[in-house]
Amino acid sequence: MTLIDFMQRLLGREKPSGTLARERLQLVLAHDRSDLNPELLEQMRKEILEVVQKYVEIDLESGDVSLETGDRVTALVANLPIRRARPLVLPGTGGGSVPAPPESGPVAGAGA
Amino acid sequence: MTPASARIILICSGKGGVGKTTLTANLGIALARLGERTVVLDADFGLRNLDLLLGLENRIVYTAQEVLAGSCRLEQALVKHKLEPNLSLMPAGNPRMLEWLTPDDMKTVANLVAERADYVLIDCPAGVEQGFKNAAAACREAIVITTPEMSAVRDADRVIGLLNTQGIQPVQLVLNRVRPKMVANQEMLAVDDVTDILALPLLGLVVEDEQVIVSTNRGEPLTLNGTGSPAARAYVNVARRLRGEGVPLIDPSKQRRGLRARLMAKLRNSGNS
Repeated sequence: MTLIDFMQRLLGREKPSGTLARERLQLVLAHDRSDLNPELLEQMRKEILEVVQKYVEIDLESGDVSLETGDRVTALVANLPIRRARPLVLPGTGGGSVPAPPESGPVAGAGA
Repeated sequence: MTPASARIILICSGKGGVGKTTLTANLGIALARLGERTVVLDADFGLRNLDLLLGLENRIVYTAQEVLAGSCRLEQALVKHKLEPNLSLMPAGNPRMLEWLTPDDMKTVANLVAERADYVLIDCPAGVEQGFKNAAAACREAIVITTPEMSAVRDADRVIGLLNTQGIQPVQLVLNRVRPKMVANQEMLAVDDVTDILALPLLGLVVEDEQVIVSTNRGEPLTLNGTGSPAARAYVNVARRLRGEGVPLIDPSKQRRGLRARLMAKLRNSGNS
């Protein structure tokens, strides 16, 4: 480790490479173990978000669906901050109204 | 002499060059010196090197291939180590005959040598293809060896997954070529990182040791000369743990904490010995 590296780390600008290796490994192993390629994962992520958006308004910017791994178990972890619940008509009780489609989400609650 | 009592252990890593053959040779010698009748089986016969590390490269006449074909007796193919008579080497075949071996052949060979041994160590080829499948078919338990490098750990993970699907139990871990100073500086994956990620019981910890290269040059595994160097001590400890002895594992990167911690550790160690 050079002095510059040491200073960088002291100032909190740079992670030690060992920590970086651990984080990168955990990520790559999560994918290896689940046998899901990034494309499929992205598709699944989109579909999960669509389903969730039918029921609650979520913050898409800070939302995150990813694979995490530890102890040889890989978990799909979704972290979706909820802005607010949508006015929802339960199926069966309703008179034909369906939950708002995802695109009109932000408008449906506030704009109308 | 019951064949079922011999432990047939696969030594594998996925990635090449992390120390499978070195571990096989040193563990073989260490077990033999502890009084166990040990056979090391070189399943990496496409690129065989175990004979070289043991200094037996000029003594190979027959291989498992001739035994299976019935053209020689088992004893003729087993090469006894010149300094450690409890250890024998069984080369699986020669590099010109790459296609002949099947998982069943390997099983037959391993069970044959197991009849006259307490331990059979199978030196697995790198990769996860046919060579690995052949070697894995014959074993009853496994040691996965890796280094604290991303590529080695990733490949080890893949191999562990394959061993799990084949129901091989137990699978234990040896972490090789650890550099305590780099770990202490957080410039290398720590021991805990690797064991957490791979979720295997740690059987041994080998620090980077130049003497390993010297011993390879000589064709004399480090464990032949007792426990003179750090790596030799680690290999002997692996052998003892394998036999069920409770040898404590010490993480060298955690020993550098401070003067007081180091003094305490020294006092504790001197109290034990």
